[in-house]
Amino acid sequence: MIMQMLNLQILGFLNTKVPLGDAIEAFINFLTGNFRFIFRYISRHLDATLNGFENLLIAIPIIIFIALITVAAWKLASNAAAILSFLGLLLVYNLGLWEATMSTLSLVLTATIISIALGVPIGILTAKKQMANRIIMPILDFMQTMPAFVYLIPAVSFFGMGKVPAVFATVIFAIPPSIRLTNLGIRQVPVELIEAADAFGSTAQQKLVKVQLPLALSTIMAGINQTIMLSLSMVVISAMIGAGGLGREVWNGIQRLWIGSAFEAGIAVVILAMILDRITQSIAKKNKKIGSE
Amino acid sequence: MSKIRVENLVKIFGNRPEKALKLLKQGVSKDEILEQTKQAVGIADVSFEVNEGEVFVVMGLSGSGKSTLIRCLNRLIDATSGKIYLDDEDITSMDTEKLIEVRRRKLGMVFQKFGLFPHRTVLENVEYGLEVQGVNPEVRKQKSLEALELVGLNGWGDNLPTQLSGGMQQRVGLARALAIDPDILLMDEAFSALDPLIRKEMQDELLELQSKMNKTIIFITHDLDEALKIGDRIALMKDGVIVQIGTPEDILMNPASEYVEKFVEDVDMSKVLSAKDIMIKPVTVDYKKDGPRVALRKMKTEEVSGVFIIDRNRELKGYAMVDDVSRLVKENETSIESIIQTDIPTVTPDTNLNNIFSLIADSKLPVAVVDENNKLRGIIIRGAVLAGLARGEDTTNDYANA
Repeated sequence: MIMQMLNLQILGFLNTKVPLGDAIEAFINFLTGNFRFIFRYISRHLDATLNGFENLLIAIPIIIFIALITVAAWKLASNAAAILSFLGLLLVYNLGLWEATMSTLSLVLTATIISIALGVPIGILTAKKQMANRIIMPILDFMQTMPAFVYLIPAVSFFGMGKVPAVFATVIFAIPPSIRLTNLGIRQVPVELIEAADAFGSTAQQKLVKVQLPLALSTIMAGINQTIMLSLSMVVISAMIGAGGLGREVWNGIQRLWIGSAFEAGIAVVILAMILDRITQSIAKKNKKIGSE
Repeated sequence: MSKIRVENLVKIFGNRPEKALKLLKQGVSKDEILEQTKQAVGIADVSFEVNEGEVFVVMGLSGSGKSTLIRCLNRLIDATSGKIYLDDEDITSMDTEKLIEVRRRKLGMVFQKFGLFPHRTVLENVEYGLEVQGVNPEVRKQKSLEALELVGLNGWGDNLPTQLSGGMQQRVGLARALAIDPDILLMDEAFSALDPLIRKEMQDELLELQSKMNKTIIFITHDLDEALKIGDRIALMKDGVIVQIGTPEDILMNPASEYVEKFVEDVDMSKVLSAKDIMIKPVTVDYKKDGPRVALRKMKTEEVSGVFIIDRNRELKGYAMVDDVSRLVKENETSIESIIQTDIPTVTPDTNLNNIFSLIADSKLPVAVVDENNKLRGIIIRGAVLAGLARGEDTTNDYANA
């Protein structure tokens, strides 16, 4: 009898839902309500940057753009990468997706630049301070495993619809590799080299700039490469909040069951991804060669 | 004057060294401290002094604390307690700024695995110390090229370190340390990663460089032969304490403990011993004063087949064989001057045992040991050379029997 009552009590307690969702919502509302001026400020500048980028990319004559990318792929990566870039970009143009591709590229580049600008310093911090490492690593785990869709909602409530919240969500999703691999790259510098730098009287900053960062560069580049790839994978998702570009083409296709046009836009994303991947990877490898030849 | 003075240096690895330190002062053993407090004792109360211009070798097996010790000297590792004075300035209490200054000006370090920066050319590596000091590029390059020339690497400046052989890489490491013209060179197992022939070559070169530069050198090694070869004095470390400090000879001839003795027993004695260590008292005859009869009687009582001929100042004149002397006695001659053999092998007291082998092998006569004034100090007979070599083996046998 008593057991039964106890059981009921415990179950009753367990059945009372913990107000986790409410708390998060309240927190987001608090941020939106009280820090509106910050979000406005970020929004205005980010929007200007994005539009600037996009206008610049579109302003470059298509032939010159294709030529530049092809030469870059040829010089930095390989002949195959150059041919692939050349044919791929021609195809994108032919499919009528040039402007959408440039829009997506500007979004990816903006998100990547922000990720590097924030991620590399944070990575350096986590490599140098054990405490920072202990706090930041679980947050990164959280950011990476949380389904990316979930970020869209606070992004919209902070910044409204459009490209700016898309960049925000993309940065949150794509920044972890930049942080992690910067951290790893710096930690991997052999102890004896750190000792050598110290023994000759380097300041902490000299050690970082002259020894640690150069030696971590190939690892950091690998992180940046991953950040770019993750940014691209957010393109379609962020189309749901009005980011435009190739994502919108895919999203339209999905909603209207236009298989053909969805695939065309999808292939354009793949082409963009391959070009960016080959070029950034080859930069990482070049640095690696210098480091270990 | 002592250049470096280390007083009661202790290094305990772990997050809470206070208790371990207290136990250590009570004389509790290293293993027990580890068990009780989970703190590892790296160096347990070490004191020594290094004189200016001296090559001071710290030798011990891995885990003896020697690498920790050298890192305490430039504070790559901070000591737990104790003092380290460099030119009477306490390093252990310096603030970061002052420490960087001392590292830049006074301490050059050479690493076991070279520690060269792979992304910098050989020249840029050598320039590193001057670069962080903010020396202007022209002067920096000039000094670095000089340092490279000093170690015999002119023309290699534009290569990457990885394009060089191990021996050459360590020359770069040495040049990098020399470029800042430090008072003190810290060499942490600097030649241990090199193969034996290159290693010997580098040791010779270091000694030659040292004879010109006269730096104070702290040299860490686990190789006793190396320690004996380059050390003016040697400190032998075991379990974080110095078991013995002394000249190479002190350590070989009077090992302070069983541990040192055991260490020393494997030494190749031919490299260590010199003529003065194995020479014996010669049977001599003063040719002005003694005749053939005296010489013959001396040979009989001492049971030798020849005597060394000297003058009254003990200056070596030659050698006389028993057959010749007895012929003179039969012929009733009074002077032995006519039968003195002057063409006899001689060595100085410092001649290495290695170099005595060939002389002994080529000659039927004993080898005379003479000083710079040609005075006879002793002689070396075949048996003594072999006995000297066997000394190492004898100790081994003693251990086997014990």
